[in-house]
Amino acid sequence: MQKIPEHTTAKRYGMVIDLDRCTGCGACMVACYAENNVPFKKDESDKMLSTNWIRVHKITNGKPFPDTEACYIPIPCMQCAGQHNDGHSPCVSVCPAVATDYDHVTGIVSQIYTRCFGCRYCMAACPYHARKFNWWDPVWPADLEKSLNPRVSPRMRGVVEKCTFCYHRYQQARDKAYVEERTEIEETEYQTACAQACPANAIAFGDLDNPAHAVHKLSRNRYAFRLLEKLQTNPKVYYLSTRKWVHRAGDNYLEGEEPDFGKKPQSHAQHK
Amino acid sequence: MTTPAIPEGVKRCPTRKFVLWLAVVGAVLLWGVYAMYLIWYKGLNQTNMNDAYGFALWIWADLAVIAWGGGAFFSGFLAYIVGRKEIKHIINYAVIIGFICYSSALLILAIDIGQPLRGWFIFWHANVHSMLTEVAFCLSVYFAVLAIEFLPLVFENPKLKRIPFLHHMGHNMHEVMAVFAATGVFLSFFHQGSLGGVAGVLYGRPFAYREGLFIWPWTFFLFTWSAAAAGPMFTILITRITEAITRKKLVANSVYQFMGKVSGWMLLTYGIAKIIDTYVWATQIAPSMGFKLMDFYSGNPVYGIWILFAEIVLGTAVPALILITRRGRENGVLLFTAATLAVIGVGINRWAMVLQVMAAPLLPFEDWYMYSPSWQEVATTVLPFAYGLMLISLAHRYLPVFPQERELNPGN
Repeated sequence: MQKIPEHTTAKRYGMVIDLDRCTGCGACMVACYAENNVPFKKDESDKMLSTNWIRVHKITNGKPFPDTEACYIPIPCMQCAGQHNDGHSPCVSVCPAVATDYDHVTGIVSQIYTRCFGCRYCMAACPYHARKFNWWDPVWPADLEKSLNPRVSPRMRGVVEKCTFCYHRYQQARDKAYVEERTEIEETEYQTACAQACPANAIAFGDLDNPAHAVHKLSRNRYAFRLLEKLQTNPKVYYLSTRKWVHRAGDNYLEGEEPDFGKKPQSHAQHK
Repeated sequence: MTTPAIPEGVKRCPTRKFVLWLAVVGAVLLWGVYAMYLIWYKGLNQTNMNDAYGFALWIWADLAVIAWGGGAFFSGFLAYIVGRKEIKHIINYAVIIGFICYSSALLILAIDIGQPLRGWFIFWHANVHSMLTEVAFCLSVYFAVLAIEFLPLVFENPKLKRIPFLHHMGHNMHEVMAVFAATGVFLSFFHQGSLGGVAGVLYGRPFAYREGLFIWPWTFFLFTWSAAAAGPMFTILITRITEAITRKKLVANSVYQFMGKVSGWMLLTYGIAKIIDTYVWATQIAPSMGFKLMDFYSGNPVYGIWILFAEIVLGTAVPALILITRRGRENGVLLFTAATLAVIGVGINRWAMVLQVMAAPLLPFEDWYMYSPSWQEVATTVLPFAYGLMLISLAHRYLPVFPQERELNPGN
């Protein structure tokens, strides 16, 4: 059911990540860990048990030296709008307890830790492996517990967590705008921790529908693509690359099929 | 003279031997209980599940036992709705097996979820659009139906039957059993189907995703159909094993033959539907998502095309072709083989629709995810089998489960 936003227009917050700029440094991951109180263990070598809200993959074009090229792909939660852009994200549709919900005001998929009972159906549904499960209770080393971000609830074991596009920062920006008697928040007032931390300025974040925001134009760039486009999840994270092999790595293609590389993309406007 | 605990006219082994048997099974049960304690106390890190395998052995076990327990609802349908009198000779056992299967599923679910104390949220904060919500409701209500169907049999124990209230209650429940059977059929149709829906609606998982009819993916109907076809075969399998262990004939051959014939034709029609579904998925749905069939059956050490062959040919077509022939049904070895293959076949189907789904990579730069269960997962999966064995042993000893036992074993 579409919620009619009060006192503000509906937004579609999204990201555009320039893969030709990303150096794979991992600052986005570290910033996210710090901002969102993401837990970690002493031994993080098993990446399948590692909790992260944004993770950086390394891919190569598969060619031998001297034609080898590498690319680093940061992958947060895609905040999928679903098959008909109507908020039926693959994960939202399947949660049996409404512990995850699509917010039509911001386009962000929420995760309610106190509602989640850990059935992990949403994890089965997500094709991007964006959702992580708390297999353990968090253990904060030394005095780290004193410097946790007070605006983000830490999670106990047995619940699912994922990237929220730093929703608490959106709430802070909304509060500030309210106090200043404004109905809209500026692009710079609400930025995710990863976008802020990226030293290469590879991550742009904002309202995809607002022409004044950088992501509006970047997402319509002819070198923009989304991961697993064919599944029709309608993700809100776009990637930019002038390298065709990177586009090819973003989806599954049958023999003879090629990605739409360098062509002007169709509109991804929100279904009203 | 005290009323014996064992029903009249049947022979059972000495109590000491029986207690020894229960102790052996109980030891296995305790191993499972210990693993269950570890999981509830320490958390799901006791398993080999990870962020790629949110669903693993337990979810497979849930789906499998519910499919195998389908004999209860389908036998009830044949006995009380269709009115086939010969089914009445096996319906008690089918209900007990169903009861065990569904209580096992509920137990495994209580262990599997990350926050067991919040399990009731699925009822209280239900999301009506989720297939899992439908599963939870129907499964729970159907378990209550099975308990109601089991109860009159418990009251048939000689010592309990002497109590007038229980005797009359059991008799009255028998009178209205058709209502419960019909309710059970209705509920089973939906939750067996919804379990198929759990996999079929995942449009982010090309291996599992199916189109369908309105909100129901084709896997919904395939799961109900296969449960109705293979469930009775599980009942037959367990009955034959019970006969072998107790060295008694418990059910007349005519019952086996009738159930075998029905299952045979159900398996055959299911097999045709499954082949059509697989063909459409392999040639249209998966390619539209960028995958060809062999993408799902290559590039990893476990999931090859053999699993599809095993499920459809060995697990469906072969038992179907055996069971639709009179010769196949009347030959004890062939009947047992067909029952075993059908039970394994539906188990493979449930495995593929849970674990192979989790294993298959989606992003082109990902690899297949492999998994093997931890001992805690195995122990807690064996736990319900041990409990089931104990309950069957107690029921066989103290309740008149098989109406034909006396006439089929005249020496007693």
